[in-house]
Amino acid sequence: MVNRKAVFLLMIMIISLIGLQPESTTKTVNAFSSQVIQQGAVGDDVIELQSRLQYLGFYNGKIDGVFGWGTYWALRNFQYEFGMKVDGLAGQTTKDKLVQASNYDEGYVKENINQGKDFTHYGGGDRGGQQQSSQQQEQQGQGEQAGSNVTAVNVPQGYSQNDIQLMANAVYGEARGEPYEGQVAVAAVILNRVESPTFPNTVSGVIFEPRAFTAVADGQIWLTPNDTARQAVLDAINGWDPSGDATYYFNPDTATSGWIWTRPQIKKIGKHIFCN
Amino acid sequence: MFRWILIGLLALGIAGTAFWGYMEHQEKNAVLIQAENTYQRSFHELTYNMDLLHDQIGTTLAMNSTERLSPQFVEIWRLTSEALSNVGQLPLGLLPFNKTEEFLSNIGDFTYQTAVRDLDDSPLTEDETDTLKKLYSQSGDIKNELREVQHMALENNLRWMDVQLALANEDEPMDNTIIDGFTTVEKSVEGFSEGYADSPIIGTSSEEHQYKHLNGKEIGEEEALKKGTDILNVENKDNLTLAETGEGSDIPIYSISYQNGDESGYMDLAKQGGHPLTVLITRPIAENKISLNEGAEKAQDYLEKHDIASMMLFESSEYNNVGVYSFVYNQDDVRVYSDAVEVKVALDDGEVIGLTARNYYMNHTERDIPEPTLSMEEAKDKVNPNVDIQEEFLAVIDNDLEEEVLTYEFLGVMDNDTYRIFINAMNGREEKVEKLDGTEINFAANF
Repeated sequence: MVNRKAVFLLMIMIISLIGLQPESTTKTVNAFSSQVIQQGAVGDDVIELQSRLQYLGFYNGKIDGVFGWGTYWALRNFQYEFGMKVDGLAGQTTKDKLVQASNYDEGYVKENINQGKDFTHYGGGDRGGQQQSSQQQEQQGQGEQAGSNVTAVNVPQGYSQNDIQLMANAVYGEARGEPYEGQVAVAAVILNRVESPTFPNTVSGVIFEPRAFTAVADGQIWLTPNDTARQAVLDAINGWDPSGDATYYFNPDTATSGWIWTRPQIKKIGKHIFCN
Repeated sequence: MFRWILIGLLALGIAGTAFWGYMEHQEKNAVLIQAENTYQRSFHELTYNMDLLHDQIGTTLAMNSTERLSPQFVEIWRLTSEALSNVGQLPLGLLPFNKTEEFLSNIGDFTYQTAVRDLDDSPLTEDETDTLKKLYSQSGDIKNELREVQHMALENNLRWMDVQLALANEDEPMDNTIIDGFTTVEKSVEGFSEGYADSPIIGTSSEEHQYKHLNGKEIGEEEALKKGTDILNVENKDNLTLAETGEGSDIPIYSISYQNGDESGYMDLAKQGGHPLTVLITRPIAENKISLNEGAEKAQDYLEKHDIASMMLFESSEYNNVGVYSFVYNQDDVRVYSDAVEVKVALDDGEVIGLTARNYYMNHTERDIPEPTLSMEEAKDKVNPNVDIQEEFLAVIDNDLEEEVLTYEFLGVMDNDTYRIFINAMNGREEKVEKLDGTEINFAANF
């Protein structure tokens, strides 16, 4: 009796295993979503685009999920070689051509990204047959991958994430609790100072200039900034300036210097008066 | 009686001592913060300067004309000396960091010698170009290491005062992240024996045309509020707050804002003609429903709706489900860089949540664009032959003298880096060379 049950269970397990096998292979036939992918885009479609371009030998950069310049040129070259309109946009025709001409093994690529491998040789002869089989097994164990596989980020031209972080610290220390536009304005003042000939020429120079910001003087700059502050800094770097080109601001309730009142005022946002 | 006086005096004495002690403590803290800030400043400036140095060396590789090269070498030389002085201000006394300093001064020496040389008579030799290339990749390594240390320091709120203490107590094992980071930098150097970095082209404003394009008649508060409800998508104008700018503002502006739970909006409206200069809408943004590309169309429609016509998309980037687009003005297929507009689109429902058009209204005017005297091919010959040119445009930019000039713009690739090169279309001068980046390894993603 017990034996029978065991045999029965075993059979079910085998059947379900057989059932799983073809499913996992259909999974690998993965194609792009319907979006037109353009420069600056981020995400899984970009990973697929980069992998396919690399497979065909057009792209030799890192598969990082951010559509940067390297991907752009690779895509244009691909379009040129395949006699399509060269526009650097991955539209439907381009994507169809790519899918037709290349293979993409999502599980393999993402696993490598997750392991932090710098692999820039996807496709071609680099992956032999024996790797194929081991990778098939790995794929089964992988299951649903939570989170993103994108390993790079877009940053505004000339800025690092750390510059943004440092500015976010300053903005949070100086203007948390202010309306969003007030925080963007404080970030904009820092940038206006960097450009002004009378202030230091770097973001860190402006922020740490002695007696320039109270949050720096009393150590509040080392509070952990929230996403709003970070977002405000990004907006300011990308060109938003609600302060109206101000280089100073002050809180009229706590300002100790009489001199600041003599500056021509531009506007008041939240508790801060912006002036130049 | 006497006892009470004694107790009173003693109590007073104790209170006084406590107060004095407290003041001393406060003062000590203030001094500590001050010292810490000085260290922090030097450190962050060092990383920034290294980053800039790396970019500048890269830019040099793509340059061709001597009149650009010499100033560029001077710039690099200046940056190395600044980075060196940054290093000098850090409390690294007991930490061996001399290889890195040596590396910096080597770059300085090399660039100084080439900068003072007459490059017309004796241009860069093949060997020197190779040296530059090596310096470029090495400075890239150092830059990345330093950025990594900087990221850790910011992430974990590391203090330089602790570094100083850790270095002073030599007996204890040194497991300080900053020290480890700097040791790694030093190791990687052992292995091999101003201008602003942000794109200076977009939206540069020459003083001559201050808000030339603000046409139309002055609008009143009522009309401003009506525009506000329209642009900020608010149903009732009573929810809006309106303020006017003071004397310090370059032009009179109405600022309109609203606040509704976690949603808020803000906009600047020029009194003259009621043109929107800045729009910012903040709200939680859900998962992407539309692509960056569809977002660009929304942005374009939005601009046309607000009478900012014939703009062409110049750059797009996605940050946290928001598409940020830069447009430049397109006059008869010539890109005019100073008339730039930026638009933000929420990629969950395609709503336009941001606009900044200050540069556009400040600089925009119909220009008399001359016919280029150089042909495209002639201009191409002026570009460094190592750059593989991929795209070409005609563009009006502001040059170093803040004059608007007509140029050929070339986008090209050299050793996996992309460069934007401007050649004057009238006299063939190499006006500007820029190395383009825009993406970075995500330091926060630890795999």
